[in-house]
Amino acid sequence: MIDRPFLSAPGAGIGRSGRVALWVRARGLSVLPVLTVVAALLALWYLACIPMNAAQSVTDAARADIAVTPDSARDRRSMSGLALALANPGVAARSAFTQARPRLPAPHQVARELWATTALVSPTSNRSLIHHAWVTLSATLLGFVIGTGLGIVLATGIVHSRVMDLSVMPWAIVSQTVPIIAIAPMIIVVLYSIGIEGILPKAVISAYLSFFPAVVGMVKGLRSPDRMQLDLLRTYAASGAATFLKLRLPASLPYLFASLKIGIAASLVGAIVGELPTGAVAGLGARLLAGSYYGQTVQIWAALVAAAILAALAVGAIGVIERITLSRLGLRL
Amino acid sequence: MTALARPAPIAAALALVLLALVSPRAVPILALWLAAFALNLWLAGRDTRSARMAVPAIFGVTVLILWEITVWLYAVPGVILPAPTAIAAAFTANLRTLWGDFVQTFVKGALSGYAIGCLSAFAVALLADRFAFLKSGLLPVGNFMAALPIVGTAPILVMWFGFDWQSKAAVVVAMVFFPVLVNTVAGLTDTQAMQRDLMRTYGAGYWATLTKLRLPAAMPFVFNGLKISTTLALIGAIVAEFFGSPIQGVGFRISVSVGQLALDMVWSEIVVAALAGSLFYGIIAAIETRVTFWHPSNRG
Repeated sequence: MIDRPFLSAPGAGIGRSGRVALWVRARGLSVLPVLTVVAALLALWYLACIPMNAAQSVTDAARADIAVTPDSARDRRSMSGLALALANPGVAARSAFTQARPRLPAPHQVARELWATTALVSPTSNRSLIHHAWVTLSATLLGFVIGTGLGIVLATGIVHSRVMDLSVMPWAIVSQTVPIIAIAPMIIVVLYSIGIEGILPKAVISAYLSFFPAVVGMVKGLRSPDRMQLDLLRTYAASGAATFLKLRLPASLPYLFASLKIGIAASLVGAIVGELPTGAVAGLGARLLAGSYYGQTVQIWAALVAAAILAALAVGAIGVIERITLSRLGLRL
Repeated sequence: MTALARPAPIAAALALVLLALVSPRAVPILALWLAAFALNLWLAGRDTRSARMAVPAIFGVTVLILWEITVWLYAVPGVILPAPTAIAAAFTANLRTLWGDFVQTFVKGALSGYAIGCLSAFAVALLADRFAFLKSGLLPVGNFMAALPIVGTAPILVMWFGFDWQSKAAVVVAMVFFPVLVNTVAGLTDTQAMQRDLMRTYGAGYWATLTKLRLPAAMPFVFNGLKISTTLALIGAIVAEFFGSPIQGVGFRISVSVGQLALDMVWSEIVVAALAGSLFYGIIAAIETRVTFWHPSNRG
């Protein structure tokens, strides 16, 4: 109802919606509450590490001949992590944050892994997260540019042609409710079987996922000028092209940027999921998969945090471009 | 439109002749496309309610027919793109399997996760709403989290909760939590000072104001989050199955069938996912229309 046709990309697994994002931004950012919430989340994370890793902590302690309750390994196996942590608070708390393969790594372990795989190895090395992030990001950006470009072209067609509007727009909206990303593995395999591999299959998925947000947002934006403004241009005897370039296009920019932010996040998810099914050797998705194969939890978390940072940087970069462009055009946010 | 109508058929005929010289097999494809386009053009010009329904339907059917013809004419192998009829055949032949997958992924994984995630997000939103400090901290964080690739937590949660539907439900909870939270918190502040003042003049306390004014007023936002989450839930459940699942489920079948190059089966599962997604969305949207009957956009 609010975003109708709604400006979001749930089909790509992105829960951000354009209207709410604008609403949140309009309220402004107050640093202290945000920092408090983030600190609370981190504290919760640390706290959760203790019961999550309790089984391993207690087993290690028992092997080192430290008295633990209950005494027998069989009894311990049937207990939950929370119960074990409560029975052996000292042991569980002491070694919850230092295990090599914890069930839940502590934030500082993830940070150390991130630091070790970005700053301490050469960016071209296979172990470097920067290398993997770049592999994913390049596919994301290529797909994003293609998908957004096509989306803008289609949106222009939809706004100017009633038949295109009637025939395509309902499908563009319905397609948002379809879990599009589920077909990512198929696209990869099919393209591979006809000889296309490397960056392109992932880019195709990214393009597909950023396509619909761009269409929906641009259609909304190009239609945002009201009767009065369109009539004014008519009194100037402005041609269709002039109306488009001087009124519709500038008016659509806020909507375009809202959908670009959603589109880039969707593209990134597409590229990451596109790396999962084929056993790709490089990329953040490949890191996730390899980590889950070998039980390298710290590596999974590091890849996950890297993906989150990448998403934040990409969305932030578009936000910066938005601010510059809109202020050049004299539009205030 | 009328000025365009005359040169358009000539241009179309010209394009057909040119195409026939280059690739004869493409002629029926393009001819059909142009015919359907002309029909839609004519219908769109009439602008009745039935025309508005018919045009997208014709477009969809045309795409399906063109897909079918293209596959036949160019003899596209089934391991690259199966024809719609082949997909329909696979769909009907495997109804029992597909139903089992649907129950495993949608009913067990997605629905339970959706219910838990939405309810807990709603509860946290109500709590955050009582404290302005918490609210102004949670909103930007939640909005940021909603843009993150949360599906990536799937391998971790599968490791924690095992291969069965519990881990899928956990992924779904993680995915739907923040969109619903942010939307609900945003919705709860979506009242005007005048309305709140009116409640105060009635001597209404917090709970009366909440249930009689703010919750109803929040519903458009809440349903926005709930609707987005329907699709998110399905995605979370499907993608989580790529990381390990019992021998059932939409995501499991997709990854296995892709490995066997049984693309008709993959497409059948996509049809299942699309139907489930649209239906789920449609049900929530229908409930929304009932609940928010007062909203301007529902009073047409």
